[in-house]
Amino acid sequence: MSLAWPILRALAVQFSLLSLLAFGGANAVIPEIHRQSVAIHHWMTDKDFAALFAIAQSAPGPNFLISTLVGWKAAGIPGALVATAAMCSPSCLLTFWAVKAWDRHHDHPWRTAIGAGIAPVTVGLVFSSAYVLVRAADSSWRLGLVTAVTAAIVYFTKLNPLWCLAAAALLGLTGVFGTP
Amino acid sequence: MAAARPRTIFLVFLAIALQGFGGVLPFARRALVDRRAWLTPDDFNETLSLCQSLPGPNIVNLSIAVGARACGWRGSLAAVAGLVGAPVVIVITLGVLYGQFGGLQLVQRAIIGLAAAAAGLVTATAARMAEPLLKRRALTAAPFILGGFVAVGVFRLPLPYVLLVLAPLSIAIMWKRSA
Repeated sequence: MSLAWPILRALAVQFSLLSLLAFGGANAVIPEIHRQSVAIHHWMTDKDFAALFAIAQSAPGPNFLISTLVGWKAAGIPGALVATAAMCSPSCLLTFWAVKAWDRHHDHPWRTAIGAGIAPVTVGLVFSSAYVLVRAADSSWRLGLVTAVTAAIVYFTKLNPLWCLAAAALLGLTGVFGTP
Repeated sequence: MAAARPRTIFLVFLAIALQGFGGVLPFARRALVDRRAWLTPDDFNETLSLCQSLPGPNIVNLSIAVGARACGWRGSLAAVAGLVGAPVVIVITLGVLYGQFGGLQLVQRAIIGLAAAAAGLVTATAARMAEPLLKRRALTAAPFILGGFVAVGVFRLPLPYVLLVLAPLSIAIMWKRSA
């Protein structure tokens, strides 16, 4: 397979920028990843995106794996590696530098203000992600019910969410949600 | 914290990553605080809140911080490689399998159920993150939660511009309150 340089470049630029905007982790930038890869670059459909997100959620590890899968869908394995590296490197370098600075100057009031100020914006972005995913995934009332029940279980109980994902996949196998 | 070699750091974070189905943080706390005692509980909370106010996944940032304090940039590199390497290989494998067999009816049926549950998982995460903020300071938090949601979720405005407007405003308000 030949390397698709323009796509790799687009992935590198897009995910390095998102890396520095991902306050609160990858969940905060899902709507932007979705907008770029579905609406702007047409690397995949809305349904593909929902499927890839579901696969990323059911794998172990940190939650930025959706960027790995978007890179893979856009440009194969090289795309997956470029997207992953781009999503990690800028924020890692920034954190490395910040930790050094933090250990030198403890207890600066600006840090508390930045942390407290960014928090509610981040929450709004995670709600946006939920909204984008619900619109992509819930094409019938039955699927909407699965989303609602999962949300309630995860919100109100300490059950490992993986059980909900497994149960929903098994229910899907029986065909109650139809076949796309 | 106690000195640790890059190799040990790599292995500890590799183990954390592989246990972390549906959320790595609880496993990270158990390994770093309870089992290895690299961080005291207070260190852990403080480092985590620093990592949360920086962009990027909290847990990746935490691995950078723990690695850096143990043995500089080599420690950070070892920690991130341990945390990220195996999950990336696993998820690419799953992606390739999906590419091969994703067309099968059974797989598609399972995936649509899985996707609906994953959407619910993110909804619950958002609600859990919102709860303490709304309890403690609804007046200063709610407008920004709602603003971020409407601008990015509903109107699909580009994220950089939305952040450039909302974040400085929210930070300025918190700064004034603390001063």
